[in-house]
Amino acid sequence: MTDPIYKTDALIAQDIDAYLETHQHKTMLRFITCGSVDDGKSTLIGRLLYDSKMIFEDQLAALEADSKRVGTQGQEIDFALLVDGLAAEREQGITIDVAYRFFATEKRKFIVADTPGHEQYTRNMVTGASTADLAVILIDARKGVLTQTRRHSYLVNLLGIKNIVLAVNKMDLVGYDQALFDAIVADYSAFAASIGIESFTPMPISGFKGDNITAPSENTPWYTGPSLLPFLETVELDSTVDQRKPFRMPVQWVNRPNLDFRGFSGLIADGVVRPGDEVRVLPSGKTSTVSRVVALGGDLEAGVAGESVTITLADEIDCSRGQVIVAAKSPLEVSDQFEAAVIWMDEHEMVPGRAYWMKIGAQTVSASIGAPKYEVNVNTQEHLAAKTLDLNSIGVANITTDREIPFAPYTESRDLGGFILIDKMTNATVAAGIIHFSLRRAQNIHWQATDITRDHHAKMKHQKPAVVWLTGLSGSGKSTIANALEKKLARMNRHTFLLDGDNVRHGLNKDLGFTEADRVENVRRVGEVAKLMTDAGLIVVTAFISPFRSERDMVRGMMQPGEFVEVFVDTPLSVAEERDVKGLYAKARAGQLKNFTGIDSPYEAPESPELRIDTTSMTPDEAAEIIIARLIP
Amino acid sequence: MSVKTLTHLQRLEAESIHIMREVVSEAQKPVMLYSVGKDSAVMLHLAKKAFYPSPPPFPLLHVDTTWKFQDMYKLRDKAARDAGMELLVYQNPEAKEKGINPFDHGSLHTDMWKTEGLKQALDKYGFDAAFGGARRDEEKSRAKERVFSFRSANHRWDPKNQRPELWRLYNARKNKGESMRVFPISNWTELDIWQYIHLEGIEIVPLYFSAPRPTVTRDGLLLMVDDNRFPLNPGEEPVMRSVRFRTLGCYPLTGAVESNATTLPEVIQEMLLTTTSERQGRAIDHDQAASMEKKKQEGYF
Repeated sequence: MTDPIYKTDALIAQDIDAYLETHQHKTMLRFITCGSVDDGKSTLIGRLLYDSKMIFEDQLAALEADSKRVGTQGQEIDFALLVDGLAAEREQGITIDVAYRFFATEKRKFIVADTPGHEQYTRNMVTGASTADLAVILIDARKGVLTQTRRHSYLVNLLGIKNIVLAVNKMDLVGYDQALFDAIVADYSAFAASIGIESFTPMPISGFKGDNITAPSENTPWYTGPSLLPFLETVELDSTVDQRKPFRMPVQWVNRPNLDFRGFSGLIADGVVRPGDEVRVLPSGKTSTVSRVVALGGDLEAGVAGESVTITLADEIDCSRGQVIVAAKSPLEVSDQFEAAVIWMDEHEMVPGRAYWMKIGAQTVSASIGAPKYEVNVNTQEHLAAKTLDLNSIGVANITTDREIPFAPYTESRDLGGFILIDKMTNATVAAGIIHFSLRRAQNIHWQATDITRDHHAKMKHQKPAVVWLTGLSGSGKSTIANALEKKLARMNRHTFLLDGDNVRHGLNKDLGFTEADRVENVRRVGEVAKLMTDAGLIVVTAFISPFRSERDMVRGMMQPGEFVEVFVDTPLSVAEERDVKGLYAKARAGQLKNFTGIDSPYEAPESPELRIDTTSMTPDEAAEIIIARLIP
Repeated sequence: MSVKTLTHLQRLEAESIHIMREVVSEAQKPVMLYSVGKDSAVMLHLAKKAFYPSPPPFPLLHVDTTWKFQDMYKLRDKAARDAGMELLVYQNPEAKEKGINPFDHGSLHTDMWKTEGLKQALDKYGFDAAFGGARRDEEKSRAKERVFSFRSANHRWDPKNQRPELWRLYNARKNKGESMRVFPISNWTELDIWQYIHLEGIEIVPLYFSAPRPTVTRDGLLLMVDDNRFPLNPGEEPVMRSVRFRTLGCYPLTGAVESNATTLPEVIQEMLLTTTSERQGRAIDHDQAASMEKKKQEGYF
């Protein structure tokens, strides 16, 4: 059953130097196996480990004992026991997304991403598939193409895996029936074409019996295609394909040991780089020539896709972490608005409009996601209407970044088109994303430069524009303080405008409610209006509960440095509730008002506001004086 | 255009270097845990490559138990000197004062010197990222370990709060007081490590090669009597045997194997033809089922 070519003891024993020489030229393939335990996934992986001799005798002895004790295969070895063990951990509540297994043959080292679980399947599979060159999609020959086969295939295709093996498993249990195999393949072909899978390699196998794993099986004389392991050993690697693309390298780290050396370190995403190559740094667009590809032990003639290198340039041009060095003649697109597929991975659902950190290449920028255009049902691939995305759901949405970034559509480059989103508060990785394309808007709408600048506006008013952002609980005294502040400023002949939370909701924001998403949008709009007013030279005073730190920080980011003055109107909940000027707390406590800040919706106090006003120890007038002292020193 | 096919070792190297550069770019104060074993030797070599011509921009930290082999102490000091890196050695003062040792104190020895010692050292210097040489192939429970592993302010590993790792994008953001352990050689196997040492000519502790050494047997393990602190039974005489070590730790806890392999190819040959897995030689894993998992939650690597 086990082909002797994978047992190399003889060579190892006779000529270790020859063996080492061969093995130093091995390549590496990463692949993912998709299927549930019922499809024999663990058995197949266990079989691959076993046949490639990655099992030591002590492990084998334990395996044989376990097989007799708890195995599901009678007296025979239960290979699944080699890789299981994840179930118990899941019961303990340990989050497992992917377990990685290793084995090697004469030609290749393999890293198998094994994704357990059903509920978390999308998140897990996407994680495992993101680094895979190839996917083995398992089908139980007795059951044929199932909903889960379609789901796995959709995800594999979404993640851009081009090499797909359709392993029709458990052929031993259907009498190695060719007609059945052909029918399953025909069925799958039709489906694969419908979701855009260009090609796949079907194989009739038995992980348990070992048919068509290492060598053609006598049980399937009608099958003339490759066996699994030889196929895995020879399939073309993505890193080889990537080398034929134009050169792209995100700069990870600037290497500056002394004033005479300035190197740019990174992992080459695509292409090849050689001394003398013309390159361009994006987004700045500056060009230069590569001088050296530096390495310990001597400079290299070239660096290729998949290698971590350090290069130096002929000219002293600005280039820092996050920028991308590319072949001068085929630059990347640069944009700040994209359409992307987003896979949500966090318990807390996506908040449209909220700013998240977006990590792409070696760069982290602030980005906000619009409401989903649609959600995709991963089982049926139907498009559904959706207002948000929750754990394990996939949707398509527009994303806006706070600056222009170089990128490539994901289908062209995984490294320059794949990104993650990070929650600014918890720092959790909440989503993975795949850039489809940049929105034409971003390319075509250029900022209209005007002759009368914000400086002119401010000078005519003899003042420095500012936004005084009052934040605090309902009833904390924001509006009262804002009103007192504006009156004092008016007496000092300052040009001001007060944006009040309640008032804005009567007009500009009357379409918004009090859900988390609507609150985020409420604050974003007020931020944009305040920004226009500062451009007009005004001192803007705002009074909004603005309960979330990330949105206040977003508004801060919109303003010129130093123009945003965050004032925390710090009134304890008990005091605000006792004041209850508008009778809202009573309603909220009675359950008549939902999503009320402080009661059933959180208030995130500022960590380092410019000013903190303790309303239990000062009057509104005193508070206004303190703010003025800060504004007009 | 001609294509250069990357070997598995070149791809592993590129990945490890990429991980190290991410940490240096995103952490405030990184450190590399250096245990003098073969995995540490490879990790240190990769760090030299990653930052060349700069020296690696972080110090080495050895959390010492005072019970390592003498040969390990010698190589430790030399390796740091050769790399032009600062070497910090930390010994838990409480363990030192109480005379905690592997003969009398069992698992307390590992808890106090290593687990507690590591936490104390990280706190003392304020390191927020520590490179470790753990590999996923070492043990079943490590197969699912992240490359970036987050620890709370009191160093606990919260298994329910680990982040998915996609593509080559590592999320290294953390809140004040939190830290991360980073495993740049996660995807290397024992064979990869040996092949790389062979190919790159990396210096390793001579204990990995066979030589006549004074040994006694304890609980089925062949132990080397490395100094006169080893309590011999009445009338017991250490026996000279030709032995070597597959992994290195505290000498009273590390089992030797009888061997005639005196060169790297011979060591690799033996490893490939061997019939027991690597961690068999370590007493720590046999304590109890899932012991590694438990130790990790407590803050051990």
